[in-house]
Formats: sequence, structure tokens, C-alpha cells
Amino acid sequence: MSRGASEDLEPDANPGGGPAVAPDVGQAAVPDAGPDTSPLPEAPAAVEVRGATREFPADAGSTSALAGVDLAVGEGELVSLIGPSGCGKSTLLRLIADLDTPTSGTVAVFGKTPAQARADQDYGIVFQEAGLLPWRSVQANVELPMQLHGEPAVTRRTRAQSLLALVGLADFAGHRPHQLSGGMQQRVAIARALARSPRLLLMDEPFGALDELTRERMQTELLNLRAATGAAVVFVTHSIQEAVYLSDRVVVLSPRPGRVVDTVEVALGDPAERAQSGGALRGDRAFFELTSAVREALHASGRATATT
Amino acid sequence: MAGAAGVLLLGFGWEGYKAAAPDDGLVLGGVRVLPRTTDAAMPHLWDLAASAGEPVSSAAGAPPLWLVTLRGAGSSLVLATAGWVCGVLVGLLLAVVMARLARARAVLLPWVVLSQVVPLIAVAPLVARPDSADGQPWVPVVAIASYLAFFPVSIGALRGFTAPDDDRGGLYVDLFRSFGVGWWSGFWRLRLPASVPYLLPALRLAAANAVAGTIVAEVYTGLPGGLGRLIVDFGASAAADPARQWSPLLGAILVGLATTLVLAGAATGLRRYRPGEAR
Repeated sequence: MSRGASEDLEPDANPGGGPAVAPDVGQAAVPDAGPDTSPLPEAPAAVEVRGATREFPADAGSTSALAGVDLAVGEGELVSLIGPSGCGKSTLLRLIADLDTPTSGTVAVFGKTPAQARADQDYGIVFQEAGLLPWRSVQANVELPMQLHGEPAVTRRTRAQSLLALVGLADFAGHRPHQLSGGMQQRVAIARALARSPRLLLMDEPFGALDELTRERMQTELLNLRAATGAAVVFVTHSIQEAVYLSDRVVVLSPRPGRVVDTVEVALGDPAERAQSGGALRGDRAFFELTSAVREALHASGRATATT
Repeated sequence: MAGAAGVLLLGFGWEGYKAAAPDDGLVLGGVRVLPRTTDAAMPHLWDLAASAGEPVSSAAGAPPLWLVTLRGAGSSLVLATAGWVCGVLVGLLLAVVMARLARARAVLLPWVVLSQVVPLIAVAPLVARPDSADGQPWVPVVAIASYLAFFPVSIGALRGFTAPDDDRGGLYVDLFRSFGVGWWSGFWRLRLPASVPYLLPALRLAAANAVAGTIVAEVYTGLPGGLGRLIVDFGASAAADPARQWSPLLGAILVGLATTLVLAGAATGLRRYRPGEAR
């Protein structure tokens, strides 16, 4: 019974609705969930994919979208999935989100099944299209996940306002989605994905439909968001620069059926530092070398598949 | 303004045709392609107006025709509204069941469509037994009106409730799934609001069907008070007073106008749920 009460008072402290981590320590409004202070000796990885294969039934036999993919994403880590169109990177993200199930192999999110993680609201998701409900105001769109989970109106309003401030849209709370530009709509979608304080953010080419300038600004904002929330991120993209700029690790997938062909570690400093340096980082020699490494891996994977 | 001009134009057209066309209309190869213009077939508008002011019978204190028509329209409007409400409720219920369960849709949808293939004239005697003394006499009328009204609602609402499944490759459905809530939460917050652009025209169709169903059922059952009964009564005395026959028609138009106005008001109230014109 104390669980329900603690959720009402302090919804941010326990976004999963799972066993309460700590007894109530007052109801000081913390706008964002801090880093996880889990008492467990070893926290499970945010995402752990083992030998995931996904086949879609087709007219003749079946087509394979993913073939034996392994992937591990640690707490607070940002991992980009990159590959040519149709390589199954979005499929992989959908497996993690429990929007699809693997034909074989296993997926674990924070040590649970994806279905459990989804039920516990352990992740927030952002698609290429913002997918805002046109009949709701910007603020009501951000409040939607909280409203669906029965959080009290006051909590919702406060949290939605702080999230909108976080993505720089505090002045647009009362606007309707169609009055916003594509970049602003995508910011609202990100704020909505963060509404339940998830420790994992799944992003499926979220900046793919934006123009170059907006795109770069959004990337820097995402770095700041990471620094502020400490959430792990799985980021699907087909932009090499974007992948290197944002990630701790870039996972390169082969053309269909998708396989992990290479993993490029990106040691360009923590998100806050990167955001600080802003555009300058993109001109660095280290940045250039990393994009070259990813490009090389992509081309190699293309050739390998072409010859088989 | 445009509405008033339209009515005026119709009046001019009526009198213009009556003046220009031959009395016997136009008959080609034994088929009359243009109607007769005799005073019995097409009375002058001023005769209609004069007839409206005359009492409906020679009895002392008989009310004027316009008042009888207005009362009849009111009576029919009440029954049509009741039929509309019942039909809309049944239609929505069917649509929810069909949207929720694919199997129910496969079973129910053909029957919903078939229900409208059956001519009303075949259904009416089953529902409305003029000789039966049990129950309220208006019940069959409402039942027939709702029988016609439920159909467009069930089809339109089903279309609307399932619209998010196809919208942007199921993006909204995926999103709600990611929120980890049940079907009903998705229904109230996504499917119902998204159905408004489909629901409004369906409600309008249902209203038109309910009015037509009410009047036909009133004619069939002879229920006193409504426009249907006036059609029967005035038709019997058509030879003596041809102008009177037109009054129930005008009454039906009034009923239609009333329902249209109410639904236009509802559409205005719901305009933020209608994309494209959302402002």
C-alpha cells in the first residue's frame, strides 16, 4: 500500500512502479530523477541483446531483417546504431521497445523482459516523426504519459513545465503542435519521452527529418539532456557525423540482414564537455578520424555483403 | 444570406416553371419527363401561403394549418431525436466492439451491412403492428428511426476508431503501446478523439435517416400527432385542397433544418479535433 502512496507523492523517484527503492524522504520536488542509487551490488545493463534474429514472413519463404545481433548498452551510455537503409536498425530498436518480438535470441532491458520494462515505463521513445496529438496543446502532449498513468494534475503540470523549460520551449506550453516548427515539435516529443523519468531513451532517427542547422542544434541539446538526466540512449541514425558527435560507441550494422560488423569507441569526452565545445568539436582531428573509421566500417560491410 | 437567396431562387424557379411549361408537362414516348403544372400538381406559392392560414377543418375552433404543421414537426422531431439517440448509442457500441475485437468485426460487419439491404417496408410490419394494443404507440416509430440511424454511425465510428492503426504507419499506436497502458486508455485518449472527423458526418447521416425513418414509420402506423399522420390525412383530401399536401413536406424540411443546426453547433465545438481546419 505504501507503494501507491509513495507514487502519488513522489512520482519521479520511482518511475518504474516496481519495488520502491527507498522510503519516502519528504516530497521535495525534484524535477528530474537523479542518477540511479540502486542498492544492488551490480546494476544490470540498460540493454542486453543476445543473438537477436528477426525474420518477416514474405511471399516466398521469409526475409531476414536481423541475423544474430549482440548489443550491450550500459547505464547512462549513448550507443548509436548506424547502417544503410533497411539494415534492420529500426527493427532492433523496436525489439528493445517491445514493439516487436525477435524470431530467436533474447533481449533484456535493465535485466527484465522488454514487455516488463515497457509496462514499468523504463524507457521513453522518440520517432522520426514527432507524433504529437494535434488536438492537444504542447503542454498537454507532454503530460499525456503521466495522465495515462494517473499522476495527479498538479504533478503533471509542474513536471511538464520543467521539461518544456529543459528543451527550451517554456513559452510555447499553450501552443498547438501545428503552430510549431519541425524542430520544436521534435523537442516536445523528447520532453514527452522524458515525462516518466525513464533511465533509457530510445531514439529512431529523431533528427532525420530536420534541416542541417536545426539538426546540429538539436544534437548539442541532446548532449545537454544526457548530462542533465543521466539516461542511457540507443540512437538510430544514418548520419556518420551525428553518430560520432553524440555517442560513446557507434555500432555499425551490415546491409540486410543486419549484423554487427564493427563497433567504434568514441572517446571525445563526456556529454557536457562535448556540448560545451559545441561546433568546434566537429572540426577536431580526432572527430575527423572517428568519422573516417565509421565510414570505413560501413563501406567494408557493404563490400562484404556484396561479394556473398 | 446565401441561404435566404437560395430559398428565394427556389420560389422564382417554381413560379417560373409553372408559368412557362405547358399544363400537361412534357410527355416523350409515353413517359412524362417534366411534371404537370396544373394547380392541383403545383399550386401557386401564394395559394400555399393562404392555405397555411386557413383552419384545418370546418369544426369550430379548429387550429390553422401552419400551427398543425408546426406541432406535427415538433412531434416528429421529438421521436426522430429519440430514434437518433438510440441509433447512435447502438452504433457506437457496435463500433467499439468491432474495433476492439477483430473476430467480432469479421462476424458483425456483414450483418450490419445486410441490415440495411432489407427494405424498411419489410421491417416495419414486424416492428409496428397497428392493431397491437400493448405498449406505447410511439415505440415502434422510435425503433424504426433508430434502425436506420445506427448504420452510418457504426460504420463511420469503426472507421474513425481504427484510423490510428494506419495513420503514419501506426506511429500513434506504437507510441501508446510504448506508454504501457491498456486498450481502453488508448481508446479514450487516442481512438475516440481521432474518430471525430469520421464521426461528425456519420452523425449527420444518422440524423437524416432518423427523420426519414420517423416519418415513414408514422405513415405506416398512423401514429397521431406527427408529420407522417398529416401526410396520410391531407393525402385523403388532396382533391379538395391540393395546397395542404405540401405543408408536411415543409414541416419535414423544418425538422431537417433543426437537426442540421444542432449538429453544426456540435461540429464547431469539436473543431480542434478536426485536423486540417484545426485552429
